[in-house]
Amino acid sequence: MTTEAAPPPGSTGTPLAGPTAEEFVSVQQSPEFAELRRSYRSFAFPLTVAFIAWYLLYVLLSNYAGGFMGTKVFGNINVALVLGLAQFATTFLIAWLYARHAAAKLDPRAAAIKARMEASE
Amino acid sequence: MSRTHHLTTLASGASEHRPLIITLFGLFVVATLIITVWAGRQTKDAADFYAGGRQFTGFQNGLAISGDYMSAASFLGIAGAIALFGYDGFLYSIGFLVAWLVALLLVAEPLRNSGRYTMGDVLAYRMRQRPVRTAAGTSTIVVSIFYLLAQMAGAGVLVSLLLGITSDGGKVAVVALVGVLMIVYVTIGGMKGTTWVQMIKAVLLIAGALLITFLVLVKFDFNVSDLLGKAAENSGQGAKFLEPGLKYGKDSTSKLDFLSLGLALVLGTAGLPHILIRFYTVPTAKAARKSVNWAIGIIGAFYLMTIALGFGAAALLERADILASNKAGNTAAPLLAQAVGGGADSTGGAVLLAVISAVAFATILAVVAGLTLASSSSFAHDLYVNVIRKGKATEQEEVRAARWSTVVIGAVAIGLGALARDLNVAGLVALAFAVAASANLPTILYSLFWKRFNTQGALWSIYGGLISAVGLVLFSPVVSGKPTSMFKDADFFWFPLENPGIISIPLGFLLGWLGTVLTKEKADPQKFAELEVRSLTGTGAH
Repeated sequence: MTTEAAPPPGSTGTPLAGPTAEEFVSVQQSPEFAELRRSYRSFAFPLTVAFIAWYLLYVLLSNYAGGFMGTKVFGNINVALVLGLAQFATTFLIAWLYARHAAAKLDPRAAAIKARMEASE
Repeated sequence: MSRTHHLTTLASGASEHRPLIITLFGLFVVATLIITVWAGRQTKDAADFYAGGRQFTGFQNGLAISGDYMSAASFLGIAGAIALFGYDGFLYSIGFLVAWLVALLLVAEPLRNSGRYTMGDVLAYRMRQRPVRTAAGTSTIVVSIFYLLAQMAGAGVLVSLLLGITSDGGKVAVVALVGVLMIVYVTIGGMKGTTWVQMIKAVLLIAGALLITFLVLVKFDFNVSDLLGKAAENSGQGAKFLEPGLKYGKDSTSKLDFLSLGLALVLGTAGLPHILIRFYTVPTAKAARKSVNWAIGIIGAFYLMTIALGFGAAALLERADILASNKAGNTAAPLLAQAVGGGADSTGGAVLLAVISAVAFATILAVVAGLTLASSSSFAHDLYVNVIRKGKATEQEEVRAARWSTVVIGAVAIGLGALARDLNVAGLVALAFAVAASANLPTILYSLFWKRFNTQGALWSIYGGLISAVGLVLFSPVVSGKPTSMFKDADFFWFPLENPGIISIPLGFLLGWLGTVLTKEKADPQKFAELEVRSLTGTGAH
């Protein structure tokens, strides 16, 4: 491999202290880490796809379904405004759901791995 | 076109109340300068200068992120767009808000865990340092300078309008004043000073918006449906004013343009360097997550209030007056403040106009300071230390380089801002989002989540996204060929859309993949193991 002699990442001249490359590889392949990664990805990835699709649906409806969006729901409030406010609501909801998931499922696992790696230095 | 006739309503009010407005501007400047000097005394090492010592809480950083993100364009621009185009003005703010979920779910925490000061830290983590740092630095500086230029030119027009300055010399002086203040904030106060300026601005902006929203809603007995009805009636458009289509629905090109803009807004935010460096100012990834959650709450609440501000302006002001003051509607919010305060001749009207003008001024200063810091950090940390000096500079040399590059970048921004003051540079903000989404976001995501991603892939996606986004805009109506173009007398456009995102974003992702699979270079699995474990657990984080 023809990599240059690269300085350590994020370096300003001082090398990073901490676990060795072998330790990182062995942690990456451990079942605990696999569980943390699965718990993170299986939550964050589908949700990302979902909210981007929901946002694009909203943009496409605004663009190409003007009649539907103009339907009055009550008073002067129409479907367009309700869907717009629903975008706000889902954004707040997803942020809250993720914070809850992270606090319950990700933080304890991450902290345990981190504590073990930093203790074995 | 003569610019003087845009100034009628506000200028007549402004020249009368100028002393009050200037006093409030002055108070903000003095208060922020005192804080800057205090912050400067506590700024000793590189972590202080770039990351404010990483000592801010999640809530403080959430406020500062909001202050960094809500530019004058989103405050005055969105309120004005709603006042003139109704529902379509509101579409803008939804993309700006939803975008934060990308930052929350995919970027903020891994970045905080695995980087140190800049976006380049993460992009170059497992790659060959010099070429990737060069690319990341170039992209950071291009995005930030475009954004900065739009803010500076806008500041010149806006502050001149608020103060009733009509001479060319006066406008240049305003741009220079904004530029000098931002250089002082950043060189002396570093990230710590900049963060405090952004927090104060966010509080002022929210308080100002709350006050005007309350006064508008009182006029309609808190009946939003009545407010919308009156706005629709007063706009002369009827129910169409409350439906999508007035701004973006003209023809199939403008619809496609809006889709392209929507993509860039929602994918660009998490690739804006001045936003990314804010995640380094908190001690842990958990605090970074909390800051994004606070930011989503604050920014969301603010954009909800812009509905009341924009439709309130449409309902309570005469459309002709809004247009006469500024064609793009940028002064609708201050005019509305004057109206709900009691009208142009009342003390209440004068005070509220002055308060909202001062808030707009604070908004501009906080945003330009953040942008300048992002570009000088990247210049010093990515380009100077890791490329030019090959990682062998001392910390003192690094901070000195960051301060000097602030001065140089600030001076360049003043010069370009003064030159561009009569050009329509509003499109540059959308371009900054498009470059961030096309060049930065694909590279960040591939780096963090795709094991095979290699140096060539990173270079292809950064340069490919950057060149295609900038190139398409260069040949779009933003730059030439239309009366609203930057250079309206030239005509070399062939790309029909003003927003390049719909082409350049998929291209950025595609090139990152192609660059990786077409080259023989193997990614280093050990480096990926290290990045993955660090980014998810925070092991060894700075």
